[in-house]
Amino acid sequence: MSLPASLIGVQPKFETKGLKAGFKSTWVLNGIDIKIPPNRVTAVMGPSGCGKTTFVRCLNRLHELTPGAVVEGEALLDGEDIYDRNTDPVAVRRRIGMVFQKPNPFPTMSIYHNVVAGLALNGERNKKKLDHAAEQSLRGAYLWDEVKDKLTDSGASLSGGQQQRLCIARALAVEPEVILMDEPCSALDPTATAKIEELITQLKKDYTIIIVTHNMQQASRVADYTTFFYLGKMIEFGETADLFENPKEELTERYITGKFG
Amino acid sequence: MTASLKGSRRSGSNGDLILKTVVGAAAIGIVALLIGLGIELTSGSWLSIKTFGLGFITGSTWNSVTDTYNVFPAVIGTLTASALALLLGLPIGLGVAIFLSERAKGMRAGASALGSLVELLAAVPSVIYGFWGLAVLAPFMRDYIEPTLKTYLGFTQLFNATPIGTDLLTAGVILAIMIIPTISAVSRDILNAVPDSQREAMYSLGATDWEVVRKAVLPYARSGIFGATILGLGRAVGETMAVTFVIGNNINLPKSLLSPGATLTTLIVNQFGNTFDPLSEAALVEVGLVLFLLALVINILARVLVWRMTRSTRFRV
Amino acid sequence: MKGLILLSVAIAIIPLFLVVANVVVEGLPAISSGFFTGIPPSPLAGYGGILNGIEGSLLMVGMGTLIAVPLGVGAGIYFSEWPESRLSFLSSFTNDVLAEFPTIVIGLFVYALVVAPTRTFSAVAGALALAIIELPIIARTTEESLKIVPITLREASMALGIPRWKTIFRVVISTGKSGLATGILLGIARATGETAPLIVTAGYLNYPPTGLFQQTGSIPYIIYNFGTAGYPNWITVAWGAALVLVAFMLILNLSVKFFIGRKSTGVRAEI
Repeated sequence: MSLPASLIGVQPKFETKGLKAGFKSTWVLNGIDIKIPPNRVTAVMGPSGCGKTTFVRCLNRLHELTPGAVVEGEALLDGEDIYDRNTDPVAVRRRIGMVFQKPNPFPTMSIYHNVVAGLALNGERNKKKLDHAAEQSLRGAYLWDEVKDKLTDSGASLSGGQQQRLCIARALAVEPEVILMDEPCSALDPTATAKIEELITQLKKDYTIIIVTHNMQQASRVADYTTFFYLGKMIEFGETADLFENPKEELTERYITGKFG
Repeated sequence: MTASLKGSRRSGSNGDLILKTVVGAAAIGIVALLIGLGIELTSGSWLSIKTFGLGFITGSTWNSVTDTYNVFPAVIGTLTASALALLLGLPIGLGVAIFLSERAKGMRAGASALGSLVELLAAVPSVIYGFWGLAVLAPFMRDYIEPTLKTYLGFTQLFNATPIGTDLLTAGVILAIMIIPTISAVSRDILNAVPDSQREAMYSLGATDWEVVRKAVLPYARSGIFGATILGLGRAVGETMAVTFVIGNNINLPKSLLSPGATLTTLIVNQFGNTFDPLSEAALVEVGLVLFLLALVINILARVLVWRMTRSTRFRV
Repeated sequence: MKGLILLSVAIAIIPLFLVVANVVVEGLPAISSGFFTGIPPSPLAGYGGILNGIEGSLLMVGMGTLIAVPLGVGAGIYFSEWPESRLSFLSSFTNDVLAEFPTIVIGLFVYALVVAPTRTFSAVAGALALAIIELPIIARTTEESLKIVPITLREASMALGIPRWKTIFRVVISTGKSGLATGILLGIARATGETAPLIVTAGYLNYPPTGLFQQTGSIPYIIYNFGTAGYPNWITVAWGAALVLVAFMLILNLSVKFFIGRKSTGVRAEI
């Protein structure tokens, strides 16, 4: 697997070596080797069942929480293996935020408490710090102006798109370095989707973003790099425009031209 | 800025371990409780087990003067009253379940109100059924139902006795009323667990509502409904207060369904205050042991059957 | 056939109406303010009151619930959060069996364990029996109300780097707490109506309880004791006690419906 020319010599933020994952006896992910560049948006694309969601769930050690899950291989964050025996999964998850397919604010918490949940539940008691983090994160998620007057309302009272931005704010508040997004717009209408996509392109200044999508237009709009997964294998990895215009692999070409099952 | 991923102590893993240990201890406690029940009842009845052996079950005498405590009549009473309860309660309970799960599709509001009413039936304490049974049902049975049964069926030994109202038949009726909610609630869950594709397949063959229930739904739910029935049987065998009021409390072998009798549970309640000598006390605890074993077998059987139908494994964190 | 099904529904419901109607009609004459402050009457001497039963029931159900709640909620958390463990399977199965156990057997167990060695019926023994009866109900409802908390919420919390135990307390239990309350109310309802186990553990006292290690009356025992007696005024006292008990059950059941109603709307909003 050749590296895109623009990434040669770039220190990767995330690197996986022979990453395999699955359940009990079936592998969903069949040995992935990839180098994710820092402060860029990398899209993971492929047909359903190709392992793209399992891949990102391995990157913050969420996959292993499902009963029967197995993981093999290495995933290096800044050169440190997150699957090392001495690595603390909780510490991993604090450095790697995640946004899920469906917005999932905590229903019993207010907007404010949703945003600071990660900090508060990890022991931060200082009200000033929490207030500051809440405002910064909500601003970062472009939600502050819409909710600043109703921070005590339930998170469930917001619209779907607002809820998803609330979840992004919640992830930002923990100050992660990487943000994983698993089809973050699949449950949203086009207007809300446009807002999230705009937000993603802003966030890459401060964060490394890995986004799972099955929507090629979305990948071409937001991602600097795109990788194509098929049957648990990485088929191709390249600059987004390059991958869409000159796919090197036949499978990739068939997928992006829609000649796929 | 970048915190290390490593630590000699995993954050939260201590808390995880403490929580798992504490709530796991509670889970162990439940298992220990059941084992403790078996051990304590066995040791409490040891004197009686040693004295009477198997004769405890097969003998017919309960007499404190001769110090003989055998429970065969109560075993017969339990079996008879429970069988009557199933005979009367099963078709009705199943009918309610079919109504709630199948007819309900068109009339949600009515069915859910009705479902709540049937649940309320289960919420009424058994002592109230018993008292009501004694004050209202028993006289009604004595004056109307039992004379009729005697007139037309008196030629069989089963109904050949003077109607008194407090007897095995009335006990069976009150038990039937009490197990209907159990049977209908469990059966409803089981019928709801039958996939709609089974119904649709039958409808697409041109079947009527009733044919769908009879040929697609009930056969599919067969083993689960059997489980619900066994669960109802378990309730009937273990029920105490409702029966105590109306069964007439006769420790001798009953001659007919219209004769007073006793069940294992009513025997305990009625003989309890009478003596405090060690052997009769041990005998009463042994009655409890017999009930314990009966309940164990019945409920394990029922659970296995019901679980298979309604429990599906879900992925959880 | 539809006719038969409707008939069976009617037959199932009729006893409920008859029982409630009889309890109200026969019980109302006994009810006065004195019924809640006096003690049961002598034969043919008015209706008195059931204070001894009310206080005894409160005492024993209260103590029993205090014992059962931590154990039941704990076991329920274990069933829900560690479902794949063998202990979970075994204990959850045992719990189901225990929930259907004849309560008289549980009473006899406590009799052999507590009453026989201490040679006295007592509120403590009664409370212990009631606790064992409540335990499986509370454990099961706790498990069920935690299981319906969507997995996505647990993952959201874990993905924030919140340890599992905090996730369970602050996200899972906090979302499922109305279900927990429901379970406790159901346990209380069940315990309050239990009679047989109290006959062999708590006995009966015609006066309000003054200590934990003495015979102790209860509302259901009054119904049994006075309902089977021959004096008309005693029968009416039993009906009155039955009315109090049924009213209490109705209130508890309505509260449960209220909690369940709130729970379901909460779930709808979050999915």
